[in-house]
Amino acid sequence: MAEDFNWAIGGEAGDGINSTGKIFAQALSRAGRHVFTSKDFASRIRGGYTAYKVRTSVDDVQSVVDRLDLLVALTQRTIDENLDELHDDSAIIYDGERSWEADVPEEMFAIDVPLKSLAEEAGGAIMRNIVALGAACELADFPIENLDEALEKRFGGKGEKIVENNKEAARLGQEYVQEEYANVSTDSFDFSLETTDADYVLLNGDEAIGMGAIAAGCRFYAGYPITPATDVMEYLKGRIEHFGGQVVQAEDELSAINMALGAARAGARSMTATSGPGIDLMTETFGLVATSETPLVIADVMRSGPSTGMPTKQEQGDLNMALYGGHGEIPRFVVAPTTIDECFWKTVEAFNLAEKYQVPVYLLADLALAVTEQTFSPEAFDMDAVEVDRGRVVDEDDIDEWLDEEGRFQPHAATEDGISPRAFPGTEKGAHMSTGLEHNALGRRTEEKSVRLEQVEKRQRKVETAQEREDWDVREYGDADADNLVISWGSNEGALVEALDLMDDDLDVRVLSVPYIFPRPDLTEDVQNADETIVVECNATGQFADLIEHDVLERVQRVNKYDGVRYKADELAADITERLEGQA
Amino acid sequence: MSSDVRFTDFKSDKQPTWCPGCGDFGTMNGMMKALAETGNSPDDTFVVAGIGCSGKIGTYMHAYALHGVHGRALPVGTGVKLANPDLEVMVAGGDGDGYSIGAGHFVHAVRRNVDMTYVVMDNRIYGLTKGQASPTSREDFETSTTPGGPQQPPVNPLALAFASGATFIAQSFSSDALRHQEIVQKAIEHDGFGFVNVFSPCVTFNDVDTYDYFRDSLVDLQDEGHDPTDREAAKEKILEADKEYMGVIWQDEDASSYEDTHNVDTNMSEIPDGAPEDGMDLVREFY
Ligand SMILES: Cc1ncc(C[n+]2csc(CCOP(=O)(O)OP(=O)(O)O)c2C)c(N)n1
Ligand code: SF4
Ligand SMILES: [Mg+2]
Repeated sequence: MAEDFNWAIGGEAGDGINSTGKIFAQALSRAGRHVFTSKDFASRIRGGYTAYKVRTSVDDVQSVVDRLDLLVALTQRTIDENLDELHDDSAIIYDGERSWEADVPEEMFAIDVPLKSLAEEAGGAIMRNIVALGAACELADFPIENLDEALEKRFGGKGEKIVENNKEAARLGQEYVQEEYANVSTDSFDFSLETTDADYVLLNGDEAIGMGAIAAGCRFYAGYPITPATDVMEYLKGRIEHFGGQVVQAEDELSAINMALGAARAGARSMTATSGPGIDLMTETFGLVATSETPLVIADVMRSGPSTGMPTKQEQGDLNMALYGGHGEIPRFVVAPTTIDECFWKTVEAFNLAEKYQVPVYLLADLALAVTEQTFSPEAFDMDAVEVDRGRVVDEDDIDEWLDEEGRFQPHAATEDGISPRAFPGTEKGAHMSTGLEHNALGRRTEEKSVRLEQVEKRQRKVETAQEREDWDVREYGDADADNLVISWGSNEGALVEALDLMDDDLDVRVLSVPYIFPRPDLTEDVQNADETIVVECNATGQFADLIEHDVLERVQRVNKYDGVRYKADELAADITERLEGQA
Repeated sequence: MSSDVRFTDFKSDKQPTWCPGCGDFGTMNGMMKALAETGNSPDDTFVVAGIGCSGKIGTYMHAYALHGVHGRALPVGTGVKLANPDLEVMVAGGDGDGYSIGAGHFVHAVRRNVDMTYVVMDNRIYGLTKGQASPTSREDFETSTTPGGPQQPPVNPLALAFASGATFIAQSFSSDALRHQEIVQKAIEHDGFGFVNVFSPCVTFNDVDTYDYFRDSLVDLQDEGHDPTDREAAKEKILEADKEYMGVIWQDEDASSYEDTHNVDTNMSEIPDGAPEDGMDLVREFY
C-alpha cells in the first residue's frame, strides 16, 4: 500500500473550515489522488471546535485512521483536540501573529506562517485559510497547480479577480514556507504527494442519495431541514427541477411525509429524508403509508440519539426504530447502504423495491456516510446500469382485469403474490379510495374478520414474494474459509476492510457487510460454520447483533462504539484482535 | 360549463352513516355539484379527507381519494397537486382536524397557495369522538371534557387564514344548498388556495350551533354589496365580533399560485425506464 497522508484544518465553527477543507480535498482529487474526508464539528454556527480531515493516497482509501501528519490549526483547541492523532513528526501550521500563543508540542514541527498578513497582501484577510493551503502544498510537496484548479472551481462564479487573488494567497503561503522552513522537508517530515492521470469524482453520501434519487426517477421530495440529512434536500434543490421534479420545504416532518405520500399516491416516485427526531414525527404517518400500500422511500440519516442527542455525531441507533416503529404490525423494508457509492445504488434499489412491493422503504444511512466525501471513478455511478421497475402499474388497456363484477377498481386485490394493481389518478375507471382504516380489496373500510385476515396475510405475503424474487446479497471480504466471522452493517464497512490489512495474518477473518436489514439474507450457516462471530456496529446495545441471534439462535460477540465517533481502521483492527486473541 | 359528468357520478355506492340530519350531507352534495359544474370527472379528481365524521366524505365520494391520518390532509393534498397539477384536488375535514391537530399545516398551506380547494366542515364540536369541545366551540359551551365550557376564546379560522396570507376566504352553510355550491365552485375556480369554512351542524352533539342558529344569524355578504377584492372591507368583516357572514369574503385575484412561482407543470408519474439521458452530467459535476 502506498503511503497515505493525513491532513486537517481546524478552528472555530464560522472560520470557513469546511469550505477550505473541501478545496484541499478537491485539489487532491483533481490530481488523481484518492481522498477520504471526515469532519469533527459542532452544530453551533459560530464558536466551538470544528475540523475537516483529509486522508489521501494514490491507492483507494475508505476509512479514517488515528494519525495526523499535517494540521492547520486556527485555534489552540484544534491542537489540543488532536493530540492523540498527532505524532512526533507531525507538522502544525499556525499564525503566530494571532492573539493566542500556540503551544505546539516540542517534538513536532511548528510552522509559524503569518496567514492573515499574507492574505491581506494578496487582497484580503478572508483568504488566510488559502494561504495555509499554499503552505500545506509546499510542506507536502504537492504541486500547487492542482490547488489552482480547485480554487477555480470554488471561486470561478465570483469572477476572475477573486480567483486570481486566491491563487496569489496560496503562492504567498507556499513561498513563505519555502523561505522560512526549507529544512522541514529534509527532516523527518518527508512527504511527496504524487499525482496520477486518474479522473475521480468527489462526493458525500447525502449527495449520492440525492443523485441516486434523480437517477431512479424520483421527482418529488419534501423535507424539513435536519443535520445530517439536509444535504440530500440541498443537493436535489436546483437539480431535480431540470427533470420536471420539485423539492418542497415543509413546515415540519409530519407535513413532509404526508406531502411525499400525496405525491406517491399521484404516481410520482417520491421521497423524504430526515434524521432520528424527524423519524419520530414521521412515524405517525408511517402506518398509513404502509397500509395504503403506497410506495415511498424514507431516508433516515442516523445521528446520535435519543432526543436531540448529539446532532453532529455518528450513531447507528435507529435500526429498531426502522424495523418496529409505529403501532400495529405492517411490513416495511429496511435497506442500509454500507459505502458512499452504495448510497447511490441502494437509493435506486429502494425506489424499485418500494414500487414493486408497494411498501415504504427505509433507507437507513448514517452520519459517517452522509458527511464524508470520498473519491470514486465516475463509472462507479454508471447511469446506464440504472434500472427502473415500477411494479404492477395498470393503465386504461389492462385495468379491466382488475375491476370487480360491478366495475370497481380493486387497489388492494388479494393476489397470490400479495401484490395488488396500482392505477395512477387520471386513469379511466381507476378511481378508488385508500385509507388508514382496515379495508377490503376496494379500499373501503371493513372490520369483517375474513377480510381482515385476507388483507393482513396479503400484505405479509409481499415479504415472502420479495424474499423469493430478489437477491439479498451481502458484501464479502477477507478469507472466505476463515474460522472467524465479522459481521457489520452501515458505514463500518470501509474501516473494516482496511482493518483486515492491519490485523495479524494469523488471525484469519471473513467479513460480511450486510446492506439489507429487512428482508435480510439468512446468515445462519455462516455463523454456525464460524468458530467466532463478532457483530460490529455504532450503537451501545447491538441492535443488529440481536437480529442475527434471533435468526441463528446462537449467541454472537458484540463490538460496539457509541462515543459519537465513527470507527477508524486501526482502532477496529485492535478491537477485533483483542476479542479474537482473548478468545484463543 | 357543460360536460357529460353528473354530480351523482361523484357519489360512491357506499351509503353514508352520518346521523340523519347531519350537516355533512349538504356539505358533500354541494361539493359534488360544484365539482361536476366546474367540468371535473371522478377519474381526474383527488379527494383528501381528514379524520372525523367529516373525514368519512372520502368514502362517500367517488374519485381518487385518500382518507389520511388526523390533521394531515392538507400536506397530502399539496403533494398530490404538485405531483400532478392536472388533477383537481379537493381537501376536506373537520374543525378539529383543520384548526387543532392540523393548525400548523393550515397556516402553511394557506401561505403556500397551492391551487386546491379546502373545505372545512365546521360543526364546532368533535363529532366522531362523541362531543368534546373543538377549537371553534364557544367559550361557554359545556361538553364532557369542558363541563364549564372551554373558557378560551374560539379560533377565528377566517382571521387565521387572513393573517397567513390567504388569497381566497369564504364561508358557507350546508343547508343553503345553492349558495354553498356556488361558493365552493368559486373556491375551485380560484387560481390558488381556495378556503371555505362551511357551517355543517352536528345535530347529535351540538345544541347551540344549530341549523336555527345559523339560519337566524348568518348574513349573506351578497346582500350587503360586499366587494371581496376590497382588502380593508374583507378585514373588517373577518374581525367583526358579533356577526357571522356567508359568501366570498376575500379574494386576491392577482396573487400567483405556488404552481406559477415554482414552475409546477409536470405530471410526475411519467418517468423514463432508466436514468435520465443526461444523467452522467450529474456525476461529472463532482469532478
Ligand atoms: C392522532 C389522533 N388523535 C386522536 C384521534 C381521535 N379523533 C378522531 S376524530 C377526532 C376529532 C374530530 O373532530 P373534527 O375534526 O371536528 O371532525 P368531526 O367529527 O366533528 O367532523 C379525534 C380527536 C385520532 N384519530 N388520531
Ligand atoms: S355525530 Fe354529529 S357530525 Fe357526526 S354524523 Fe352525527 S351529526 Fe354528523
Ligand atoms: Mg367537528
